[in-house]
Amino acid sequence: MIGTLAHGAILVSLAVVAFGMFFIPFAIKRDRRDWVALAYSAVYTNFLLITVATVAMVWALVTHDFSLSYVAQVGSKATPLFYTIISLWGALEGSILFWAWVLAMYAAAVVWINADRPGNLVPYAAAALLGISLFFGILLVGPADPFKPVFPVPLDGPGPNPLLQNHILMAVHPPLLYLGYVGMSVPFAFAVGAMLSGEVLTDDWIKITRRWTLSSWGLLSAAIIAGMWWSYEVLGWGGYWAWDPVENASFMPWLTATAFLHSVMVQERRGMLRLWNLNLVVGTFVLTILGTFLTRSGIISSVHAFTTGTIGYYFLAFIAVTLLVALALVAGTSGRLKDEKRFDGPASRETVFLLNNLFLTAFMFTVLLGTLFPLVAESVKGVKVSVGEPFFNRMSLPMIVALLFLMGVGPALPWKRITMPELKAKLRAPLVGAAVMLAIAIAVGTRNFYALVTFAFVGFSGASNKFEFWYGIRARQRAHGENYLTALFRLMAGNRRRYGGYVAHLGILTVALGIAASSTFRTETEATLKPGDSMTVSGHTVRLKQVWGREEVQRSVIGATLEIVKNGAVTGTIEPKMNFYPTSQQPVPTPQVKSSIAGDLYANLQAFRPDGSSATVRLIYEPMVPWIWIGGMIVVLGSVLSILPARSRA
Amino acid sequence: MAAVNSRKLAIVAVVGIIGTFAWLLYGGLDKNVVYFWTPKELIAKGDAGFEKPVRLGGQVKPGTVKWDDKTLDLRFVVTDVDGVSDIVVHSKGAPPQMFRDAMGVVVEGRYGRDKVFQSSSLMVKHSNEYKAPKPGQSGKDMVKTLMQGNSTT
Repeated sequence: MIGTLAHGAILVSLAVVAFGMFFIPFAIKRDRRDWVALAYSAVYTNFLLITVATVAMVWALVTHDFSLSYVAQVGSKATPLFYTIISLWGALEGSILFWAWVLAMYAAAVVWINADRPGNLVPYAAAALLGISLFFGILLVGPADPFKPVFPVPLDGPGPNPLLQNHILMAVHPPLLYLGYVGMSVPFAFAVGAMLSGEVLTDDWIKITRRWTLSSWGLLSAAIIAGMWWSYEVLGWGGYWAWDPVENASFMPWLTATAFLHSVMVQERRGMLRLWNLNLVVGTFVLTILGTFLTRSGIISSVHAFTTGTIGYYFLAFIAVTLLVALALVAGTSGRLKDEKRFDGPASRETVFLLNNLFLTAFMFTVLLGTLFPLVAESVKGVKVSVGEPFFNRMSLPMIVALLFLMGVGPALPWKRITMPELKAKLRAPLVGAAVMLAIAIAVGTRNFYALVTFAFVGFSGASNKFEFWYGIRARQRAHGENYLTALFRLMAGNRRRYGGYVAHLGILTVALGIAASSTFRTETEATLKPGDSMTVSGHTVRLKQVWGREEVQRSVIGATLEIVKNGAVTGTIEPKMNFYPTSQQPVPTPQVKSSIAGDLYANLQAFRPDGSSATVRLIYEPMVPWIWIGGMIVVLGSVLSILPARSRA
Repeated sequence: MAAVNSRKLAIVAVVGIIGTFAWLLYGGLDKNVVYFWTPKELIAKGDAGFEKPVRLGGQVKPGTVKWDDKTLDLRFVVTDVDGVSDIVVHSKGAPPQMFRDAMGVVVEGRYGRDKVFQSSSLMVKHSNEYKAPKPGQSGKDMVKTLMQGNSTT
């Protein structure tokens, strides 16, 4: 019943989407705005229909309707309601449905917000979004149909993948990722619209596009950080980034979108880099589809790769079509796109943006090469290889420190050119910041070259970005006699975009500081303890109290209670666990982390004797890990500040 | 004139950066590619197989797992599908809780000239098919044992 309803909704939406997509160019050709408005209702109708299908799926999951293939695959009566609902994105078909829904929502929002805008940019962009929707609609009736009938109807199901029902961040990371990832379709659609409508020759389309890119970028940043956090809290190895193909898939479009957010300013201010920006927008979108191909086609085995099937071919075909269309459009436009001005001086903000773009794209290509190399090697030479973390670390560290440095140089330099005395005055504070951080880093025992450079550059750029606020506040205080806080508030309200950018910089620097400190000073030890035995890692001692077991509705839990001992007194407990789900042979590690701003004490239960007479525990101390999560929140705050519409000056 | 010079400068800088990048990329990939071999393939490499980063994939040979929870030394033999090509693996740290005979494993590390594979990470291959755990090895059974143990102490 529900399956029939949802199938019907998806089939009708396919027809509606196809109609809208082909009718819009026709309406534009005939110059009929009323027809365009009619086609827009296709966008809204599609959103409505996909919403019906998505709600139907959630309903089927909640009511345990095992007659539907997806519910039979991920549902289970024992799974708590919360994890039942979020298992909507816990496997292939549901995640494609969720993707289609987010896309339909974005398309409706784009049309709703910009319906009154004159010109053909928005209609063409809507047609492009409908084109992408068509692809996902085809997936939903073809290789990723979540509503296939199952016969005979099973009485119960296996439940979601144990790894995906073990932590609350599973409710946070995937939706954020979809919002950010799918959101990159919108800038792409605007780029296509700009090229088709000829608006690409003015720089107006870039203003709308920048907004949408910024919101998706903020969401994607939050998603990447949440994914790192999930990996840290769930996987039990005490790390948060491993250059796993799945992580890379989310990181590559982030890099090109970051590049775009910077180079777009050069276009707005100076009328330069027009063709380059177009390519960045197209590239970012193609990278999101490539990432989905990598993670959803089963070509790479990981927690994200759900099943093998024919869906990979659909994605490859879609990537090929997208690239062909986009490249044809860009090639057709490139002859008409001329930059208005040339670069004036080597020491200017434009130059820094150019270098920033160079490093960010080089970084993206490095990650892309490392990610795709194993696939290419296997299909061409028939050898199975993997590209290890050393490759990524060795290649990315020089680019990361260069970017950290540029992050401090850019805000300090004006547009066009700078004089030597100005430059000296502007660089004084950052250089002091660098020296202070370097001194601290050496004092606490940092000897690694890249760690030292990272700390110094974080000091440099941190001071540079903070001083931009300080200069602005001072100027306001002199001009209006405002107090410090009023001046700060009005300064940011007056130019939210600029100061939002500096806030985002400070967030990234905080993340960099957390990563550098935690990877440099991480200490770990592993030991087998009997009750009463203790172990110590960098001054933190824990003592095993007992190994225990507990039955929960959907799983069996075995845990070790460890007392944290300081100067002979027990100051707290830390309780790493192993969760056994009935459908999985392997238990899911459930480490516990005791966080403080100085660092995390991280305990994972590695093994235990069945009689409870001993437990093998891995104990890790990682300084400043929470700074990564806090930095991520600051980045999001910065992007929110930048998106808010600028108020008229007070 | 000044504009031309700075353009030249920019071009030189860009070419320089891209060149360095390409060189680093080549060197980086060359040294850091990890081959995936089975025990048979690794043995067949002879001398060329030693002291290289390798992912070794095979099965845990039944009856060979030795785990010392005092020293945290784990030793076992990884065997190929033929059941003849064996490689001794040593690693430090506890094995996964459900580590057992005949299970599929991938170990990453280096094959030493002493014919011992020093593993730095150990991954258990998850099979999608569900197999009922042996009595006493399901989570439920272990919890039961533990709760009995605790109530008697």
